[in-house]
Amino acid sequence: MTALGKLFRTTTFKLTLVYLTVFALFAAFLLGYFALNTRRLITEQITDTVNAEITGLSEQYRLGGIRRLVTVVDARARRPGSSLYLVTTFAGETLAGNVTTLPPGTLDNPGWTETAYRRLDESDAADHPEHRALARVFQLPGGFRLLVGRDLDERDRLYNIVLSAGRWSIAIVIVLGLAGGLFVTRRVLRRVDAMTETTRTIMQGDLTGRLPVAGTGDELDRLGGNLNLMLERIEALMRGLKEVSDNIAHDLKTPITRLRNRAEQALRSAKSEADYRSALESTIEESDGLIRTFNALLMIARAESGQARENMSEFDAAEIAHDVGELYEALAEEKGITLKVQADSPVPLRGNRELISQALANLIDNSIKYTEPCRSTENGLPAEIVVRAMSEGDRILLTVADSGPGIPEADRARAVERFVRLEQSRSKPGSGLGLSLASAVARLHGGELTLADNQPGLKTVIALPRGGPVQMQDEAPRKTKDFL
Amino acid sequence: MRLLVIEDDRDAADYLVKAFREVGHVADAATDGDDGLAMALGGQYDVLIVDRMLPKRDGLAVIGALRAKGMETPALILSALGQVDDRVKGLRAGGDDYLPKPYSFSELLARVEVLARRRGGRGEETVLRVGDLKLDRLSHQVHRGEEEISLQPREFRLLEYLMQHAGQVVTRTMLLENVWDYHFDPQTNVIDVHISRLRSKIDKGFSQPLLHTIRGAGYMIRDGARKTLSDDHV
Repeated sequence: MTALGKLFRTTTFKLTLVYLTVFALFAAFLLGYFALNTRRLITEQITDTVNAEITGLSEQYRLGGIRRLVTVVDARARRPGSSLYLVTTFAGETLAGNVTTLPPGTLDNPGWTETAYRRLDESDAADHPEHRALARVFQLPGGFRLLVGRDLDERDRLYNIVLSAGRWSIAIVIVLGLAGGLFVTRRVLRRVDAMTETTRTIMQGDLTGRLPVAGTGDELDRLGGNLNLMLERIEALMRGLKEVSDNIAHDLKTPITRLRNRAEQALRSAKSEADYRSALESTIEESDGLIRTFNALLMIARAESGQARENMSEFDAAEIAHDVGELYEALAEEKGITLKVQADSPVPLRGNRELISQALANLIDNSIKYTEPCRSTENGLPAEIVVRAMSEGDRILLTVADSGPGIPEADRARAVERFVRLEQSRSKPGSGLGLSLASAVARLHGGELTLADNQPGLKTVIALPRGGPVQMQDEAPRKTKDFL
Repeated sequence: MRLLVIEDDRDAADYLVKAFREVGHVADAATDGDDGLAMALGGQYDVLIVDRMLPKRDGLAVIGALRAKGMETPALILSALGQVDDRVKGLRAGGDDYLPKPYSFSELLARVEVLARRRGGRGEETVLRVGDLKLDRLSHQVHRGEEEISLQPREFRLLEYLMQHAGQVVTRTMLLENVWDYHFDPQTNVIDVHISRLRSKIDKGFSQPLLHTIRGAGYMIRDGARKTLSDDHV
């Protein structure tokens, strides 16, 4: 496609053409209307003047007869810029006036006529073309005829001026419009081309590219700005994906290696059936753990990609808190930890019930895992976990507060990342995905997961907007802050 | 029990057929949707095990066609799609249970046995009895012998579910799904703790335990005097 062809195909240019056509038509209509009206007005003026003169002259005739009329007409005809006059006998003999040639028979019909003529002082036909005039022929008593007329040149000249003004203005409108359209189109096209160029390099794999934003705040800037935000989100997701695949490589390879080693070991050194049996059992256990990790990863991926958004329903968050709390209460009690649920009034929420339950379950599970009952003797506080569901302003908070060791502030942001387990030895069971999943679920619902100090202990908070999920939040690392 | 496995992965199908035969069931296999539908229509099967993604006709369509012809044979859907909404879709299409891959055979077996016996209609009884343990579903009372046992509402539902499937293995996920209505993996052995609480209420102080742990599979409530099929193979 040629550069010009591209220019002509742009929306801006097509719009310019449409505007131009409409505007030119409007201008033509306006000027045409103006020209016609002017012409009509001038004709009316001529008619009035001629009528007045004829009345005056016939009055003169009535008072002083033909002699007086001839004198008056002669006097009037000599004035510069005068009307046309002609007085004849009934036989057509000229008595007075400033008109020579008239088409034959003009004087035979009394009334209005538009006719060609020559003035007396320009009878030389070669130099002076015929003029046109609007004239009235009047029959005087006694057989005399009187013709009074006005030249039409003035009217035609004015009409022509208006017409040519119309033609010129339309021509100028078209030229200026086209030039302006081309100018604007080229400017827009240049910016769009710049954007297209950038997107092309981005599509080729360079995710760091950003669309140019002129800073004028116009619609292209807004578009570019939004696309840039989208690119940032994509870049963050890609980075996340890369991190995950690195982590998966690491965290799945370790158990797979262990699995393989165990099988190999059994093949090499197992003596009895019981040896084989125990080797196989631990193999199955190991693979179950792998599957669990895998499922958690898939779930996070689904929550983060927003696919789980279809399954939204209305439910009571307080009921969820009680249900999940009840599920874990027995486990906590067995460990010597008191688990309390404080959620008395209903907290209506719109979301994915299953995912929110699981997120809360993960938080409680985490707290139970890391809260040691013996701590109660150290600081005199009972080992307890408090689960709350409440509304605060326009948010809904699901919190799990424990009296465990807590997480140092510096580590809190990292704790939410996938596979991160702050405890270096990794002696506690777990995939390191619990908090990541809770965080992904919170973000799916347009909220966030924050970790805070419970003094002592850890307080995890899922804060969700009351109005339900709006849109995906940015992937940027979440800041921790205290809620209460 | 006669089972039909409709699964396009021949290895997986052979493994299942062999495993079911080992525990004393009769199992056939079909490797695509059309064959599976024809066999299911012709044979007298107790339970169908249907893979979700099949050549020629997908698993849900097979079940849909069966149901349209008035066949009510219980069907368990196996699928690599394990998310809650996939599960809902499967159950809505006429499946009776849904098990995401990869699954353990003991889980599959437990579910298939529950499905096969569901037709027996134990679910409708108002009083469930196992040995001298009696659960009244209307008055919500539980007695062991003459002694009344007081249970929390959730413990009652747990016991009710176990007793509905007395003599059958019930896995942890089955309990989580049916008693708590959760379909996620709670990571820790929360169910075990609830079971041990229930056990301490119904078995403690009685010479004959009723609530048994089946290693590597789950739990079973049964009258200790009677041996069951599930007990032999696990």
